[in-house]
Amino acid sequence: MSDLTRLTLAEARDKLRARDVSSVELTEACLTEIKGAGALNAFVHHTPETALAQARAADARLAQGDAPAMCGLPIGVKDLFCTKGVPSQAASRILEGFLPEYESTVTQQLFDAGTVMLGKLNMDEFAMGSSNETSAYGNVINPWKVDGRELTPGGSSGGSAAAVAADLCLAATGTDTGGSIRQPAAFTGIVGIKPTYGRCSRWGIVAFASSLDQAGPMTKTVRDAAIMLGAMCGHDPKDSTSADLAVPDFEAMLTGDIRGKVIGIPREYRMEGMPAEIEKLWADGTDMLKAAGAEIREISLPHTKYALPAYYVIAPAEASSNLARYDGVRYGHRAKISQGDGITEMYEKTRAEGFGHEVQRRVMVGTYVLSAGFYDAYYNRARKVRALIKRDFDEVFASGIDAILTPATPSAAFGLGEMKDADPVEMYLNDVFTVTVNLAGLPGIAVPAGMDSQGLPLGLQLIGRPWEEGDLLNTAYALEQAAGFVAKPDKWW
Amino acid sequence: MSIEPETAARVAKLARIKVAPEALPALAAEFNTILGFIEQLNEVDVEGIEPMTSVTPMRLKRRADVVNDGDRQAQILKNAPDAREGFFAVPKVVE
Repeated sequence: MSDLTRLTLAEARDKLRARDVSSVELTEACLTEIKGAGALNAFVHHTPETALAQARAADARLAQGDAPAMCGLPIGVKDLFCTKGVPSQAASRILEGFLPEYESTVTQQLFDAGTVMLGKLNMDEFAMGSSNETSAYGNVINPWKVDGRELTPGGSSGGSAAAVAADLCLAATGTDTGGSIRQPAAFTGIVGIKPTYGRCSRWGIVAFASSLDQAGPMTKTVRDAAIMLGAMCGHDPKDSTSADLAVPDFEAMLTGDIRGKVIGIPREYRMEGMPAEIEKLWADGTDMLKAAGAEIREISLPHTKYALPAYYVIAPAEASSNLARYDGVRYGHRAKISQGDGITEMYEKTRAEGFGHEVQRRVMVGTYVLSAGFYDAYYNRARKVRALIKRDFDEVFASGIDAILTPATPSAAFGLGEMKDADPVEMYLNDVFTVTVNLAGLPGIAVPAGMDSQGLPLGLQLIGRPWEEGDLLNTAYALEQAAGFVAKPDKWW
Repeated sequence: MSIEPETAARVAKLARIKVAPEALPALAAEFNTILGFIEQLNEVDVEGIEPMTSVTPMRLKRRADVVNDGDRQAQILKNAPDAREGFFAVPKVVE
């Protein structure tokens, strides 16, 4: 493994600024690693020429001393982001051949800061999945293995997580609707933050559930998350839900000093049948924060149990509306039609051929809960429960809690194919600890904090107050320092 | 409440997704599993609670009501599976 690709964003930035290494060298090292890592199936569209052109431009900027933090750093981009002239198909057959004529705001901001894009990363189709097994490109393989068993990297940002954990790129973009940044980060031993709803512009990101979707960075360290988040977020007039708030210098807020901070431990997250290893990890994390000077307080978030069922009404409802645009008329796949078929048959065949099974199922569930006669019973009720879930958090924060500590996932990474015969609800339970955060619009971060008995990484989640990502990152930084997780997967690919 | 294959067929039609008749019973069974899970929401007392419309308490920004873009016909049609003479082409919709 190349030493250059093992660098963190912060280390690489400092080396670039010191002229110890060039962006072209870093980029070439990553491209070589990617070429040798086909077995992981993480990168699905390769853009080496663009990457090298961007790297040369970044080197020129660095030579002039005009170098923002991300300048010259090679990253991977989740396939959900529209990138101009580069395939952007949300891992779906229905967007096969689609070449956007525009650039998403988040990737544009990264490019303006001098970031280098190595290619596009695999994911669950339309970000619907928790194991990266719904992708039209096939499964991503977790670089972490046990007894030769192939494991899921989690989902939906599974390609992003695998690529960062395997040191194919220095960092990657992800998106998170119910846990799609934090769960794969936990499964691969990396850091992933979902910022407050409205921090990152959603413009140009293929929409799944617009009231829940947020982009965020997936990185090797908390410091890297702070650096990259700063470059990704900010107000965008093209997204009316994007917040017109100043973006603080998140990295400057990483002091590691959390003395006097109050950390809440929600009793409702102690699920029945929770594995002892997860319980222990959580208790260890609590002790670490306490030892760092934080005050620990037990709290209650009484509507936690209803977050997943509310999510599985709201997210499919929004998806059924968002995905109505894939009709075979304006872009992407169109089915061949038979003699006598009209436009309705064309729509129906196109969507049956273009959407995978999980996407079809969610679109239809969403259609059902929004249909006449059920709208109040399902959709409106779910939105009321969502208001109660948010109120739970509001009350806890108003009582003086600074951050909330929970497990990130109910288990370590599971085997690919293991959930094949499970019913869909069993797969949905992967998001049990993360989904509340999306429903309440809060920032949440997964930090690698330990290993299970098989030697697989486990993560803890910290949940922060709205718009206080800086403070949240600092608490995560203190946890990261205390946990001292440095393990890397053995290279087998 | 239980979803029958006929209801599954109606939902598939509304969603404009072609589902083969032999696949309908399995689809209905999946819907029943998911809806059974969602039924838990009925336990919650939501009396007097307003349905959430916005997760962050802020006013959506409005831009001036003026034309600020346009003249992009070629770009808009570029990804169309079938574009002719400056239009999206579709099967006949009017007899």
